[in-house]
Amino acid sequence: MKEQLITAIADLKEEEAMSLVRSMLDAGEDPQVILDATGEAVRTIGDRFEAQEYFLPELIIAGDLMKQIAELVKPKLATKVTTAKPLGKIVLGTVAGDIHDIGKDVVGFMLDANNFEVHDLGVDVPAATFVAKIREVQPNIVGLSGFLTLAFDQMKVTVDAIKEAGLRDQVKIMIGGAIMDTNAAQYVGADAYGTNAAAAVKIAKSWTGGM
Amino acid sequence: MPEKSPQELFDERLQRVKDAAALKVPDRVPVFGPYQKYPYTFGGISFKDAMNDYAAARAACHKFVDYFQPDLDFGPIFAYPAKAMEILGWNAFKWPGHGLGDDTMYQYVEGEYMSDEEYDEFIFDPSDFMLRKWAARQFKSMEGFAKTIPWRRFMWSGWMNLPFFWSTPEFQESLRTVTAGAEETNTWWASQFQYWGEVKDKGIPIAYAGWDWPPFDILGDTVRGTHKILADMRRRPAKLHDALEVATQIFIEYGSGAAGATLPFCWVWVHKSTREFMSDAQFAEFYWPYLRKGLLALVEKGVIPVIYWEADFETRLKHIVDVPAGKIIYHLSNTNYEKAYDVLKGTTALMGNVPNIMLHSGTPDDVRAYCKKIIDTIGKNGGFIMDSAVMLDEAKPENLKAMFDFTREYGVYR
Repeated sequence: MKEQLITAIADLKEEEAMSLVRSMLDAGEDPQVILDATGEAVRTIGDRFEAQEYFLPELIIAGDLMKQIAELVKPKLATKVTTAKPLGKIVLGTVAGDIHDIGKDVVGFMLDANNFEVHDLGVDVPAATFVAKIREVQPNIVGLSGFLTLAFDQMKVTVDAIKEAGLRDQVKIMIGGAIMDTNAAQYVGADAYGTNAAAAVKIAKSWTGGM
Repeated sequence: MPEKSPQELFDERLQRVKDAAALKVPDRVPVFGPYQKYPYTFGGISFKDAMNDYAAARAACHKFVDYFQPDLDFGPIFAYPAKAMEILGWNAFKWPGHGLGDDTMYQYVEGEYMSDEEYDEFIFDPSDFMLRKWAARQFKSMEGFAKTIPWRRFMWSGWMNLPFFWSTPEFQESLRTVTAGAEETNTWWASQFQYWGEVKDKGIPIAYAGWDWPPFDILGDTVRGTHKILADMRRRPAKLHDALEVATQIFIEYGSGAAGATLPFCWVWVHKSTREFMSDAQFAEFYWPYLRKGLLALVEKGVIPVIYWEADFETRLKHIVDVPAGKIIYHLSNTNYEKAYDVLKGTTALMGNVPNIMLHSGTPDDVRAYCKKIIDTIGKNGGFIMDSAVMLDEAKPENLKAMFDFTREYGVYR
């Protein structure tokens, strides 16, 4: 049944996947097996997104499906969830003044699917919040998202705040957003810019030694 | 040579952009764009002030046009009326002083304003759905509209039911507040009309006669929300197709307002069809056919649609080339202009796309070099308008000036 579940999730057959999860739980299956299957399916979904077989609609449905499965499974978990050691930790957020979340969410989903520990701070995130989170979780990477042109300056403010806090040497910083490019990355003082979520994963892996 | 009169300048500018739109070679490359927050920054006022003080917004826009001399002007239309928005209680927006900082661009707050189950109601009677459900959810002031019955039931003796609904305190309160909001919005429009007359006296035409949104975005932006509509392509494709047919009629109705104007430009703001937002097959099934149908209807009415293709549309070029030649302008944002030109030349005029980061933190030399290259490659045979890549909020004045001055000098067709 586990294989069936992996295929149903990866193929985004929502009803079939949920019905399989219910049957497995009813039959007394270890919830960890269901979570492992979900993780495997998410990796396949990530691969399909990178291969441009899947796009945003598919990631949205996958995200909804993950949420529904987690709601069913989590109350039944007796022991702590075991996951593989992450490739790295990432603090992610849309910079202050900008409330756009779609691009950031896709990047978060893809990094998560590729075994990064993602700390998503949400939208309209002040520089001080980034700094505090970096101190707290000690990430390898900081991802700054911005859709509006106001993000050029807000990203710079954020990077400068990270510098002032003495944390710049501990993290690599990448930026993303429809209007960003390498000139923008240079202006804000980031280490890299990614055109899309697949690029973000590639950059993150190159920085953490992942393949 | 005697100085040209405002009317002569007005006619000259009009002809210049109409020629470019029709793929003809004008006297020179036109240069203008929908500059959003920038005129107020340049004019020395915060965006909050621009949205609240209509005279201050007009003054800033005048300062902007006097200095940059654009071929067409948008005026203070992007400084939305904050007071009216406050009165109406627009839930779907954040703006300076209302959830955002004083000099921050306003932003839309996505939400699901039509549930999964409400597609049929929208398809059956969109006006009723918009009034009693959508408006009541989008605007705090319109919550009372949810208390009434569909207007289609007024016919024959149906009006006799009115007292049961229109006499409710909630409905009456909504009417009072909406009336106050409408009056404030009228004051704002009066300011726009005043400005149009004032810039006409300076010889500058207004750049828009209508605004519109692709059928998919009419539903996606404000009715279903991005999250829901993108998933609907897989979850309920048939219902989505039916709703898109309805939205296409709304698109045509919206854009037709531009017909017969001195400059019948209808700006179509494209939001949800770029790159990863959907696959090429989804674009070809759900997005483009409805937009294309709407565009052809507008062209038939004499409207000149200006499609603001946000982000990168390289993968869509093979579809969007399928429109009548010389009738539509495509604005490019991040799309590679040479690749766009390869596919679209001889079909649509192109507009764009000086990168905003260059205008923001580059140098005038960077800007001149970019403008030269784009004129030399895609602007050499007419059918081209110079503009920034996306709507302008931030720029160094000297960089923007370089874009205008260089285009005026180098962009002359000889």
